[in-house]
Amino acid sequence: MIAFTKTITKWLPLLGLTLLLCLQVAFAQQPAEKPADGGGGDDAAVAAGKALYDANCISCHSPGGEVVVGPGLKGILERRTIDWLIPWVKNSQAVIASGDKYAVDLFNKYNKAVMTSFAFSDAEIKSIFAYVKSYKEPTKTTDAPKDGQPSTASSGDGGYFNVLLVVLLFVLVLIFTVLMLLLSVINRFLNQKTDLNEADLELVNQKFEPSKVFNSRPFIVGVALIFALVTLKATIDGMVDIGIQQGYAPTQPIPFSHKLHAGQYGIDCGYCHTGAYKGKAATIPSASTCMNCHNQIKRGSPEIQKIYTAIEKNRPIEWVRIHNLPDLAYFNHAQHTNVAGLDCSKCHGEVAQMEVVQQRAPLTMGWCINCHRETVVEHANNNAYYDKLLAYHQKQGIKKMTVENIGGLECAKCHY
Amino acid sequence: MNYHHTKDINMESNGKRYWRGIEELENDLEFVKNAEKEFSDAPTITEDGSQPNRRDFLKLMGFSVAAVSVAACQAPVKKAIPYLQKPAELDPSIPNYYASTFFEDGDYASILVKTREGRPIKIEGNDLSAISGGKTSAKAQASLLSLYDTDRYKGFMKGKAEISMEKADEEIKSALESAGAIRIVTPTVISPSTKAVVKAFTEKYKGTKHITYDALSASGMLEANKESFGTAMIPSYDFSKADVIVSINCDFLGTWISPVEFSRQYAQNRKVGKERKEMSRFYALESRMSMTGANADYRTAIKPSQEGAVVASLYKKITGSDTFKDEKINKALDRIAKDLKSAQGKSLVVSGSNDVTVQTIINAINNELGSYGTTIDTNTPCYLRQGIDADMNAFIDDVKGGGVDAVIFFGTNPVYNHPRGKELKDALSKVKTRISFAMRPNETSELCEYICPNHHYLESWGDAEPKKGHLSLIQPTITPIFKTRQAQESLLIWAGAKVTNYYDFVRGNWNKAIFTAGKGKSFDEFWANTLHDGIFVGGAVKVEAKVEAKAEGKEDEKPTEKEEKPRVAGAFKGDVEGALSDIAKEYKADTTAELEIQLYEKVAIGSGMHANNPWLQEMPDPITRTCWGNYVCISQVTAKKKEISQNDVVKVTVGSTSFELPVLIQPGQANDSISVAVGYGRTTAGKIGKGIGQNVAPLINKTGWATAKIEKTGKYEEIAQTQTHHTIMGRDIIQEASLKEYKEKATAGRNLITIHTDKGPKRPTDITLWKGHTYPNHSWSLMVDLNTCTGCGACVVACQIENNVPVVGKKEVINRREMHWIRIDRYYSSDANFTAEQHKKGKEDGSYGDMEIPSDNPDVTFMPLMCQHCNNAPCETVCPVLATTHSNEGLNQMAYNRCVGTRYCANNCPFKVRRFNWFHYAEDSRFTEVNPTQTNDLGRMVLNPDVTVRSRGVMEKCTMCVQRIQAGKLEAKKEKRRPKDGEIQTACSQVCPTNAIIFGDMLDENSQIGKLVAEEHDKRAYHLLEEINVKPQISYLTKIRNTDEAKARFAAESHGGGHGDHKEHKEHKEEKGTKKEEKH
Repeated sequence: MIAFTKTITKWLPLLGLTLLLCLQVAFAQQPAEKPADGGGGDDAAVAAGKALYDANCISCHSPGGEVVVGPGLKGILERRTIDWLIPWVKNSQAVIASGDKYAVDLFNKYNKAVMTSFAFSDAEIKSIFAYVKSYKEPTKTTDAPKDGQPSTASSGDGGYFNVLLVVLLFVLVLIFTVLMLLLSVINRFLNQKTDLNEADLELVNQKFEPSKVFNSRPFIVGVALIFALVTLKATIDGMVDIGIQQGYAPTQPIPFSHKLHAGQYGIDCGYCHTGAYKGKAATIPSASTCMNCHNQIKRGSPEIQKIYTAIEKNRPIEWVRIHNLPDLAYFNHAQHTNVAGLDCSKCHGEVAQMEVVQQRAPLTMGWCINCHRETVVEHANNNAYYDKLLAYHQKQGIKKMTVENIGGLECAKCHY
Repeated sequence: MNYHHTKDINMESNGKRYWRGIEELENDLEFVKNAEKEFSDAPTITEDGSQPNRRDFLKLMGFSVAAVSVAACQAPVKKAIPYLQKPAELDPSIPNYYASTFFEDGDYASILVKTREGRPIKIEGNDLSAISGGKTSAKAQASLLSLYDTDRYKGFMKGKAEISMEKADEEIKSALESAGAIRIVTPTVISPSTKAVVKAFTEKYKGTKHITYDALSASGMLEANKESFGTAMIPSYDFSKADVIVSINCDFLGTWISPVEFSRQYAQNRKVGKERKEMSRFYALESRMSMTGANADYRTAIKPSQEGAVVASLYKKITGSDTFKDEKINKALDRIAKDLKSAQGKSLVVSGSNDVTVQTIINAINNELGSYGTTIDTNTPCYLRQGIDADMNAFIDDVKGGGVDAVIFFGTNPVYNHPRGKELKDALSKVKTRISFAMRPNETSELCEYICPNHHYLESWGDAEPKKGHLSLIQPTITPIFKTRQAQESLLIWAGAKVTNYYDFVRGNWNKAIFTAGKGKSFDEFWANTLHDGIFVGGAVKVEAKVEAKAEGKEDEKPTEKEEKPRVAGAFKGDVEGALSDIAKEYKADTTAELEIQLYEKVAIGSGMHANNPWLQEMPDPITRTCWGNYVCISQVTAKKKEISQNDVVKVTVGSTSFELPVLIQPGQANDSISVAVGYGRTTAGKIGKGIGQNVAPLINKTGWATAKIEKTGKYEEIAQTQTHHTIMGRDIIQEASLKEYKEKATAGRNLITIHTDKGPKRPTDITLWKGHTYPNHSWSLMVDLNTCTGCGACVVACQIENNVPVVGKKEVINRREMHWIRIDRYYSSDANFTAEQHKKGKEDGSYGDMEIPSDNPDVTFMPLMCQHCNNAPCETVCPVLATTHSNEGLNQMAYNRCVGTRYCANNCPFKVRRFNWFHYAEDSRFTEVNPTQTNDLGRMVLNPDVTVRSRGVMEKCTMCVQRIQAGKLEAKKEKRRPKDGEIQTACSQVCPTNAIIFGDMLDENSQIGKLVAEEHDKRAYHLLEEINVKPQISYLTKIRNTDEAKARFAAESHGGGHGDHKEHKEHKEEKGTKKEEKH
């Protein structure tokens, strides 16, 4: 009994550790913090102001403290009165011309960039500033993977599963404790009894010897088998994943935010990725493309300064390539975007929502082929190139002509 | 009826037999051994010279597993580096084309340069050019690689040390100022602006003289024309207008003056079809078997020493009568004279001789025949050859005499390729200032004090006037790779000119001399248009020619505009009598001499200027199918007499010069004569070109031949030949007929085989086990006209460039592992007929070779052979991993990454067009010497980014340029239309100077190929090996020879019991019976 209790005490910490680990794993999957909310504004005026602000002001003024083209508007109502601000928004040049010292200084400070005049009503201007006042800067969330390692994206419904796991573990521990208690009670009771026969006594006094179990052949074989199977599975999984970089989101030399540019400002993909509709390569924009806007906007930002430095030193920015198709596969963007009319997000995911771009599709041959099998060539209907193919498939009684039907699975469509 | 038997007899009993080389004919042991095999034995190159063993294999395996596991842990971080300032016209992955001009080694072409991401990767012909007509030669194609040559000078040099441009300019200027006599030695200059530069230079340095020196000169012609017409010029020829063409030792399809232009013209009058059943008749009289001679309808071998007499006799036969000593030649000449006379005004006689007297007689003949004004245009002189040999000789004398103070070598290498190169080399130290503009080290630049390397032409500005009134521009397509400077700019700087930027200079010169205002166009507009088109036709250069002549001090010898008065046939004023008596004196065969040697220029190598270009070195010679070296061609009879066999190294002695080269037995070579190619034996040419073959330039003389002695050395050197490779087991793949037969019946010469079935005889294509393929969209195909393929090899090089085909080097070619995706099979035939009797004898003693009487003068057929894209493809059936499959557009596709290298496909391919990568040519350091396009970073710039570079252990083959098909389809889709015919071209069809290869979609009824298939499918068009029913996509058109004799070997009858097959089949059976009886 002593030995048995000893064993239990010896193994309990281990059990506890396992439990702890499980719990940790389970909770670690939970979001560490709630995403910062945009700041509450229940007032209708604030909502109207936000709409106006996003449509007209945001390209030059940050509602926070940053300088974009003009100054950030954080605390503007503490600096100037609304009565000063209304004529300024309506016609800033008139205010400057009137000789207002603050206005003139402001104008000079920001490189004499003329602010656009807006024909807003007073109420509208007030609503804009109500929004600015209510605006809270988001806390910085830059928890993107730090190095260039691909990381596997977790599946979306992890939370529910984890809760279940914790509950299960808790129940198991409970059962285990109860059983232990029961065992010790029975043991104690049996020890007190003296009228036991030989066989029973032997059974009661039987000592649990773990070493015997561990040394037993079936156990070793079993463990070895399990180990071998787990290793095999891990190896196969690992091998299958070689070269697959789904979820790859490396840190870029400049933390360019697609969420801001493509999402918030709604800049078209083709504005920067000029080749996406023309040819094989979508292309990464040259520094001069950035300069189309950034020669005015946010010039002072240290990140934007990197672009200036690159141009001055004549050394291009070395972006980390995220989507790496092997050289043996020929992929042409134009065929998919221009001809087939596919949306970029079909393969690249919701880039407009990504602060740091990551590879969403596995980019495996299986993935390509699957899409070619399933996709119906809708664009064929208004493209004369496909007339012959459509007629042929109609004759064959194939109503939905897929990419596969027109030869989209043939080797030399992608490999040559 | 056993079909195979029919075939055997068919082929051998009622027709000529074709043999691929002397080895096959003679049943050479090595040939027989190799004939059955697709690949040679185990690899001959191993890492340490020994065979790899099991332990090495295990070690490698272990290491690979470890390496893979380690590599799998971390995906490499790849960078994407965009432009800082993206040029507006440039989009990565989309090619840009720039019009430019190629003119090197006497070869001119107006070209379009395909660039990707700012680097030229392919050269295409410019369709707008009236001269090259969208076509290019192999040399023009390959010139691309010399841009990325690591052996190029990387900057200015003084002696062996580098020097800054400024310092060099300073030193050279002061040296030139103190120099009295300055010589600028250039090859023919066709650039009006370069001439203006020379003029500017001459104005500054009064003692300057411009020497024009062509390594392969047409000096004799220039001088003869001066005598005959008053102007030293080369007229324009139009072979398309000639119904009778006679070429006397003139390789006008391969190397003479403007071969691409002439090939195109020649082929125009050789195409036959539904509309046209006439073609020109072409006679060739020559000593060696040239590519041009191989295309002739009638070819007569003459000894080099007979050339003059033959020309003289032909003249006499045309004007009166004459009897040539040699009976055979006399007969040939009679026939030629008769044909020529009956084709007055529609004939053309050309000679490649550099002898004034011979060329004078040729002029006289053409004059008699009324060719001037019809097939020859003296009003539009061709400027591609301007060098007068006497000038260069005078220059060498001057150097020897110490009369030259400074010399500038601009694009010339006389120390290597001038017959007096050795003298020049020894005397050159007497010249105080020696400057070279050479791009890469050569024998002459090595002796120069200052080396001011010129740009490659793809990095340069410039212009060209190949023919009077036909101008084209040269524009740079890449930023200069090394610290080089355009030679013209150097000259302008030294001359202290106001405008030293050569771009500004060319523009200024065009504004002044070429642009004619008043057409409502400003000069800027005119310039932009010309630059875009690449060519400008109509304007004559106003000032430059005159100035050039002045600079030369030879006003009357140069093609000046002033003197070019309209000329008609009557204006001929050559001294025929004098020439005839000169010929009688000079062309006397030395009966005591055992042999005569003739020098010739190879299609790919030319004067040897491009020796460092591996693409050209590995391009098989059209006739001998050899690469990487020169050799002594000798006729079979003479070889037998001298007891010399193929690959024996012989010592050739001409006067005091001698050299040792291996022997190649060449059918068609005139007996008692040998021929050797120039352009080899470079001693300073770069890593690749150095030390290949022997230099025979010292033997160059005006008549092109000399008497020689040869003796065996007992040594043996294998010649790298692709000729005996890829056997097709003597099947009837060439189907031909004479024009007469063709006129009678469009199917003449076709072998319409039938197979006897229980339902009567059937065409093999009508019986099949296969389901076939359906092509709902496209059916891509190539059609090859055997009638117009001249065998020039441009397609081979174009394909190699387009498809990143590696160069394997001499050793691997000898191992029969060349990688070319398209090859041109050259088949000789013999006039000897296979009678049943001979066939029987062959069966008995196995001596088929003996049954052939080696023809001294075989008919030659060229057959470009690429993957046939069979519809019932034998390769597809045997691939264990489905690496080769069929597309729904008619292509046989090859997935390299699926291939495991069993080579079953190659074994099963009846056409032997599949190539196996024995090595990882792209990475293997053992191939750096020969394969720079893949093994060094600079060379790799030339690779086509749209085509995979294949790795070791995989099969590859012609893809019908699937990357071009895909690109063309995408363009059409983007514009929502069907692809236009001609819009998509394969590399081979695009380059073909004679349009012998046509590419297109057979399902497009309006396409050229669609129409041709509809028209010819039951006439001239045939598939190779029809009897095995592999149903190739690619078809061939029968070869038609314009001869009076019948050429068809097959009856072209497919039905009825009375055709020849039956009878012969019976004979065959009988033979078998007899044999059995004998055995018993």
